[in-house]
Amino acid sequence: MNDYAKLKDRIAIVGVGNTAYGNFPDNDDYGLGAEAFRNAIEDCGLEKNKVDGLLVCRIPYYARMGEILGLSPRWTVPLPPHGRMSAMGIIEAAAALEAGLCDYAALIYANIGRSRRVNYGGEESPGVWDPFGFTSPGAAHALMFQQHRAMYGTTTRQLAEVSVAFRHHACLNPDAVMKQPISIDDHEAARPIVEPLRLLDYCLINDGAVCVIMTTKERARDLKKRPIMISGIGAREAYETASIANYDPECWYHQARDVGRQVYGMAGVGPSDIDTLMCYDNFSPTVLFSLEGLGFCERGESGGFVEGGALKVGGRLPTNTDGGHLSNSYMQGWALNVEAVRQLRGECGARQVVGAEVAQFCAITPCSRSIIYTRG
Amino acid sequence: MDTSLPAKPRPHINAISRGFWENCRRGILSVQRCDDCGHQHYPGAPVCPSCLSSRQSWAPISGRGTLVSWVRFHRAYWDSFRADVPYAVCLVKLDEGPLMLSNFAGDAPAEPTIGALLEVVFEKVDSDLTLPKFRVRD
Repeated sequence: MNDYAKLKDRIAIVGVGNTAYGNFPDNDDYGLGAEAFRNAIEDCGLEKNKVDGLLVCRIPYYARMGEILGLSPRWTVPLPPHGRMSAMGIIEAAAALEAGLCDYAALIYANIGRSRRVNYGGEESPGVWDPFGFTSPGAAHALMFQQHRAMYGTTTRQLAEVSVAFRHHACLNPDAVMKQPISIDDHEAARPIVEPLRLLDYCLINDGAVCVIMTTKERARDLKKRPIMISGIGAREAYETASIANYDPECWYHQARDVGRQVYGMAGVGPSDIDTLMCYDNFSPTVLFSLEGLGFCERGESGGFVEGGALKVGGRLPTNTDGGHLSNSYMQGWALNVEAVRQLRGECGARQVVGAEVAQFCAITPCSRSIIYTRG
Repeated sequence: MDTSLPAKPRPHINAISRGFWENCRRGILSVQRCDDCGHQHYPGAPVCPSCLSSRQSWAPISGRGTLVSWVRFHRAYWDSFRADVPYAVCLVKLDEGPLMLSNFAGDAPAEPTIGALLEVVFEKVDSDLTLPKFRVRD
């Protein structure tokens, strides 16, 4: 249990919106963010001038975003363009709403990395290990998967199950970038990037934006759609090896365990109660580490757990039903939170998890977070 | 030095890191050790992460460690590494505790064994820079 317990079922996500996902060199961060905001406002039916809280992530200048949207908030938080920020932002907004720092918070994320040709390594992110040719978050995950292979016998064919399941979901999602089904053999034949990882273990880099509108349980009743409640929160950082960015010698197992204890304790549910999991998937191994740390399987057994399409809709744990970062869109966790909301509303069409009542988001990273959502 | 090739990235040398690279030039591997509490860490930091003391030194260490993990880069993130791909990077846990990323000295083993015992070897890049690399210990 944690000190956030008084936040249980107090704060709701009431509106969600996104842009199309792809390559939009004629647009920019603000244009994408504005479109996602307009869609989220339309989704919940809120008068936009009632928005008095603004959280932006990966948007160059919060004040320009506010100017464009005609907002005069009394609460603003800008977050850096790191993948681990989505649930951090949602939790901050929940605390601010509960404290009365704002009444309606709009959280806007935009990414124009595709058009800007972002590489996530080399000269654009100088580091202490550059003289040895070590760079990129993907390489850090390759280091961890290599350890997992050696320690537990996890195979790349098991790892492929993650990418194959999420691509299957992307094929069911009209918004998703990737629409070609893939097989385990396709994964094995893909070109290596940083071995043991291959192209299909890496997330997409694409343009797009996402917006989430949040308010208190009481205010949520006056809006258009069924509110989706924040029922559990868990958080723990791992900074001890931060100079090897995105690497943890234990694959964040201990932090994830702590996050699980918090989030399940607060929500009063356990892993077996989760109808659908939205799991931060910058690289496919993250999903294996998350399943182990949160207790969906024992440590070292995630490879066996995901075999046979376990993560597909209809499988034992439908995960990243929108296709995730690997195959839907690189919205750095934000779109996965939106997908959790849409699943609990029953809006997911061909990829709907029938009767979904409890959805969990997790990001097992140097700043691990998890949120459990339920129907209000 | 062939100046027609793009230069590889070099370490960022400042007041904190200078001692480490000067030691490498002399064939000594070192980690930052707190003069007050003895905590050892790498890379160097402005204060000791254990006790926050500013009194720290670069302490020579054994140069021995264990292979924690390794990867092989097939993508060249820098043009200067294009001729090297595929190349291996190893993650070493030094006997003294800290982790260090490096390369295998000479040709990397085809399938390095995690847990293998390693020792440092110094590879001179030019008169200003020597890089610590690692080889499997007999």
